[in-house]
Formats: sequence, C-alpha cells, structure tokens
Amino acid sequence: MRITRVLGATALLFALAVPPAVADSAPSPSASGDDAAPTTAGTSFRTAAEVEQGQQATASASTGDYLYWSFPADAGQRPTVRATVKLPDAHAAQSWQIDVYDGLRRRQACQYGAQTRTAAQGAASVDLSCTLRTVRSWSEPWANDPLPGTYYVRLTALNVATADLGQPISASVRVGSKDVGGSAAVDGSLAEPLVPGIAVTSKSGEDDGDAAKSAVLAGLEPEDGWASGWWSDRWVWTAVGGVLAALAGVGGYALTRGSGRPGRVPPGA
Amino acid sequence: MCALLATLAAGLAFPAAARAGEPTGEATPKVDLVLDVSGSMRARDIDGGTRMAAAKQAFNEVLDATPEEVQLGIRTLGANYPGDDRKTGCKDTAQLYPVSTLDRTEAKTAVATLSPTGWTPIGPALLKAADDLGTDAGSKRIVLISDGEDTCAPLDPCEVARGIAAKGIGLTIDTLGLVPNTKLRKQLSCIAEATGGTYTSVEHTDELTDKVNQLVDRAADPVVTPVATEGAGQCTDAPALKSGLYTDREEFGQQRWYKVDVEPGQELRASVSVAADRSVQPDYGVLLRAVTVHGREIVRGEAAGNGRTDVLSTGLRYPKAEGDDEDAPAETVCLQVTNSFSAASGVKTTPGLPVELTVDVVDGPSQADDVASFGLGRGWWLLGVVVLAGFLAGLVWGWVSRWRVAVWRTN
Repeated sequence: MRITRVLGATALLFALAVPPAVADSAPSPSASGDDAAPTTAGTSFRTAAEVEQGQQATASASTGDYLYWSFPADAGQRPTVRATVKLPDAHAAQSWQIDVYDGLRRRQACQYGAQTRTAAQGAASVDLSCTLRTVRSWSEPWANDPLPGTYYVRLTALNVATADLGQPISASVRVGSKDVGGSAAVDGSLAEPLVPGIAVTSKSGEDDGDAAKSAVLAGLEPEDGWASGWWSDRWVWTAVGGVLAALAGVGGYALTRGSGRPGRVPPGA
Repeated sequence: MCALLATLAAGLAFPAAARAGEPTGEATPKVDLVLDVSGSMRARDIDGGTRMAAAKQAFNEVLDATPEEVQLGIRTLGANYPGDDRKTGCKDTAQLYPVSTLDRTEAKTAVATLSPTGWTPIGPALLKAADDLGTDAGSKRIVLISDGEDTCAPLDPCEVARGIAAKGIGLTIDTLGLVPNTKLRKQLSCIAEATGGTYTSVEHTDELTDKVNQLVDRAADPVVTPVATEGAGQCTDAPALKSGLYTDREEFGQQRWYKVDVEPGQELRASVSVAADRSVQPDYGVLLRAVTVHGREIVRGEAAGNGRTDVLSTGLRYPKAEGDDEDAPAETVCLQVTNSFSAASGVKTTPGLPVELTVDVVDGPSQADDVASFGLGRGWWLLGVVVLAGFLAGLVWGWVSRWRVAVWRTN
C-alpha cells in the first residue's frame, strides 16, 4: 500500500514535469513569407531596406556596392541571417561578407556561420550566414549584448579586383530566428526597443495617413509587437516546481504516517 | 474623463511640429542625369549599336518610367564643342533639360537631338549639375553616365565630388561606366565612393535602362534627411542636440564634441557613423564617448576594423536613473567623437570625413534587479531541488506531528 502510494506520487511527479519541457521545444512562430518583401537594398544605414523575419529580400546590384537591410528582432530570439550572392559569369576570386549591426549601429558578433567566404574564380554564387547571440530583454549599458530592436545587415565584397568593380550581381537575404525561450530570460526590459529614431517617431504618435508616408529610420515591428519582457517559460517551470514540492511534501508526510492504524497498537486498545 | 478629453484635445490641437531629422513635407526628390556625349560615344560596341544609341534608348525608357513626384533634369558634357582647344572643350557642359517636373515629350525631343561630339569634362559637369539641383532639403541624386575618363586634368573629378558632397546635404552621385576600362572604373568608383553612391559597369542597353530606373526610383524613396550641425573642439562650446539625425564633417585626427540634455529617468541613445569617402589606410577605428561636464567618462562605444569599408560606426546608451529629488535638473552629457582613420598617401585630407550622428532621448530608463527573470528559475535541477526540499519538509512535518501525538498520549 505504501509502495503504491509512493509509485503513484512519482508517476504524478513525472506527468507534471513534462509540460515545461514541451513548452520549451515549441517551434518559433516565424513570420510567413509575405509578398511585400523588398526587391531593392539600401546603400547606407539611413536607407536600409526593411525586411520582416521570414521574408526573402532580393536586390540587383553591382560588385563593390554596400547593401543594407534592416529587420526587427525581439527578446528571446536568436536570429540567423542567410545571404546568397549570384556572381557574374566571369570574375576573379573575391570575398564576400555579411556584417550585422544592432539598433545603435554597434557591430554584433556572429556565434557561428560563414560570415565571410571567398568565391573562387568563376564561381556562380556564394552563400553566407551569420547566427547572432540570443537577443536579451535587458543588459547593462556597458555591455554590447544584442537587445530587442532593429538590426542592420550589410552585405559587401571585400578585396575586389578593379576589373570586377561594377559587375552586375544579385543578392538575396533571409532572416530567420530560433525562439530560445526562458533559458535566456533576464530580469528587466528596455523602456523602448533599440529602434533608431524612436524618440522622434513615438512622439508624433499613431497618426493620420499623412505621417504614414513620411520617412523613418526604421519602422518595422515584430509580428505581434515588441514583447513587454515579463513573460518567460520560467513562470511555468517555477509554478510546476511549487506544485511538485507540495506533492512531495504530502508524500513525505504520508510516509511517516504509515497506512491506517499504527501496527504496534494492540487490537484491543 | 475630463482630463482625458483635455489631453486628447491638446494632442489634436498641436500636431507634431517638424523636428530635427524629420523630412519636411514639401521637399521633392531631384535627379540630374549627366550624360557623356563625347566623341567616343560613337563607338559601336553596345548590342551592335553605338553607345549613344544605347544611351538614347535607355533615356527614353527611363523618362517613361520616372515616378511623378521626382523632378528630373538632364545635363550633357562634351555635347557642343567639336574643336581641339582643350580649354574650351573642358568647359563644354550644358543643361539639356532643367531639373523640374517632367514633360516627357519635351525631354525626349531634347535627348533625340544629341550627337557625340567633344571632350569629357566630368569635373566641371558635376559642379554644374550640383548647381542645377539647388540647395533645398530634399534628397538629391546625380547619375553620371560616361564612357571615358575625365580628359580635363588637373581638376580631379573625385575631389570635385567630395567637395560637392561636403557642401550639400543628401547629395549622392551614382556612376555608370559604358564599356569601361581599368582607368575609367577606378575614376568612376572613386566618384561614387566619395558621395556614398554606387558604381555600375554597363555592357547592354537593358542593363543601362534597369540601373538608371533603379536609381531614379531610389531617389523617390522617402528618406530621413539629416540636419547639418558642427561639433566643437570641446564640450563647453559644443552644440546642444535633441533627438534626431545629424550630419557633420570630421577631419583626420580631429575631435568633435556635442551636448545632449538628459532628464533623470530618461535614456540617451547615440550612434555615430564615420564614412570613409576616400581611400584610407586599411586599419581604422571610431570612438564615441559619453562624458560628464566634469570630464568623467560614463560609457563609451568603440569600433575598429580593417579592409575595405564604406562606413565605421558605433553607439552607446546611457540610462539616467530616476533620482529621489523630483525636480532634479537635466544632466548635460557631452558626446565626443574621434576617429583613427588615416588618409592613404596622396589623398587630400580636406574636407573632413562625413559623420552621421543619431541621437534618441527616450523616456523611462530600463529597470532591472536580478540576473534571472524576476528571480524565477527553470530546468531539471530546479525541479529536483524543489521536490527534494518539499519531500524533506513533509517528512520532518510528519515526524514532528507523530512525536507530538506520542508525547500527548504518554501524558
């Protein structure tokens, strides 16, 4: 009897312990491919073409151009930027590189991925990728951890032979992200995401169609808005932990009580 | 409710005034197409026709596709003087169609009259084209189409382009080379680099049409126009900046100081980009420091790099904590911008490198108390510890109550 109770409690414990693990591995809700994907790229931070995560941005340009795109990334996401450059038929060996900058135009490190790649002479295309660190909802001002906000991608050729300058190329860029979840959750959040020009745009408010046309440095938001920073799956883990602790407490208590009347009490007592 | 209405009314009554960094509504994008009509355009090497024919065909298509809001002009170089006098030939640039709202028929007729003639005075033509575009705030773009390098040395078109860019705001020169050689490539990409433009080499008519169309469309895209400012040599003389986008010039090895007022409870965000608009030595850096008026450094952003680049940028943020005192005055934060670019040999160091500065002062500094999210935990270790602690607590509780019952019984 005692054994069954303990086993039952253990089974319950495991049954309850499963949900957080499931919640953790839920796939990230990546934005569905939209027909509004940009077909040109900007040539500076100021003119960067805005692209949503999950969209395929394309651009035709020339070897030697500096191509800029920007995309929004929110806390808990680990963005990966992939770029493909289709090179002209004849060219010398050339290196291509993607750099990612955050909303403060600070260069962000790539954890992994081929950020720089050299295309051999005559190669038809070159693929690049860069996986950023997980975006945190807050960090100290002295750190340059990735924070929620706008990110810039710069695609360019390094070390171009003069004969290759200005040759037509076509580039495509796609940003996806993995939802890392509560393992990267930190306390605190930014009052405003790191979107350049937000102090100017937020003051003019949600206005009429007139302002919709006016230029902004960066206007895109994640699909369901910027996270407020308070939710993480840590709530689930901690709550489940509390429930399990209570159950274990009941179990421990029950162990000391035994079943029914104590065995050593004489039946006639 | 009344207060709410009053707030709403106030919000409606005072629409957002034009702020620094915001484009003014009236500024129309302007494009000046500068076409080389020198003698060499007669060569028959583009899709079997002459370069001139290709350019004319492309222009016709571009004129058809030009968006309504773009004011377009056409300037020629080397169109009129067929002689051998270099001095006269190097002044030969003319406005074929003024920069204005487009009359397609008129512009096309004007283009049809062109025939390849004279010299290639790129430098003077760029200077005149910059004048054509005027000095208003809208975005301005010069598209230079040439098939030969400048024949009017010593005026270096590269330096001319840098000079033009330093004078005006938001002017970009894009260059297209028809059947280019190494020298032309170098010169045209140098001109483009000097203004943040692009260089494309063209070998077919449709490439030319597509590229010019793309550039005209790019001009039509609304872009935030930066506001010119001039940083000082020290913080006390520095210009006070508000949220917005600014542009300045900084010479090699020069310091630039700016001031921003930050109220308690606000967060300052600043980023700076220093563009390499000429050939520079391959190792370089940019430093942005936020310093108190007393010279104490609060936070810095630094960037370094090597190799080919258009711009090097960094940024910082400074959340000013809310004080106990409600009426605490705003703190003046000095921003110092320095660069460690150095000019390649033989490159002029004036005008300075273009600097772009974004300043955002947002409300509410970030709040944070704990490393983890609200001190919450996660993971199997957490569950294990919690369960073990609960189990032990249950055991102890059980034993204690048994002991108490036993004591009560014996009494």
